[in-house]
Amino acid sequence: MARLTKVKTRPKGNETEILVLVNHPMETGNRVDKKTKEKIPAHFIQKMTFKVNGKQVAEADLGTAVSQNPLIGVRVKNAKKGAKVEVSWTDNKGEQGSANATV
Amino acid sequence: MNRLKRRTFLKGSLATGALAIAAGSGLLRPTEVLAASWPKDAFAGKDLQSAIQALFGSSDTQDSNAIDIKAPLQAENGAVVPVSATVSLPDVEGIGIFVEKNPSTLATAVSLSGASAYYSARIKMGKTSPVHVVVKSKGKLYSAKKTIKVTVGGCGG
Repeated sequence: MARLTKVKTRPKGNETEILVLVNHPMETGNRVDKKTKEKIPAHFIQKMTFKVNGKQVAEADLGTAVSQNPLIGVRVKNAKKGAKVEVSWTDNKGEQGSANATV
Repeated sequence: MNRLKRRTFLKGSLATGALAIAAGSGLLRPTEVLAASWPKDAFAGKDLQSAIQALFGSSDTQDSNAIDIKAPLQAENGAVVPVSATVSLPDVEGIGIFVEKNPSTLATAVSLSGASAYYSARIKMGKTSPVHVVVKSKGKLYSAKKTIKVTVGGCGG
């Protein structure tokens, strides 16, 4: 199932902020289903990589303590207009997603 | 219920053990572990010191005022707490956000290879707790903390 992934860039002074929003439940594995009394299995994003023009600039590790539908931001310096930003993620069930944007 | 808990605990500790053995035997250096796979043992750390130790390979941190944490003083909804950190230190390699009183202390971390020393995320918090940001710069660890109040129940206090 493809999940909605959005990448946005915005200028911050002489830096560019890359914001990523993923539509993801980020289930901790600690919650109990009220009807069945069974634990809801953990389901969360573990890795997120940020690339600018094909070069990796940052790699984030996410835990279960990241909120539902996570919004993650990093900043890069000297990103020229038209530079391609690519963000991809994988979760603990092997689901993957990616999105692109241009500065 | 109890049995379930024990089972998941056993499973978790087994997997962590295997990773620790791999790291300990020199097969994988800590930095490689960080780069190659999700740092499971760091996320399993139940207290601040062991989580920092597992993530950065050392828990020897130094307080620094070069780390600027932006977060609300009081969060009405512990499920979504926006936290961001701006670091004015040279050669920042990694930034980690730790919530002291969460079941798993490490919330999220980023390793930087070209991006600026900035990281932001929305995290979950079980209750009022100090949030620590630990930064690795030139092989040394620096930390700063900020206490965020969480009002459960949503009245806003």
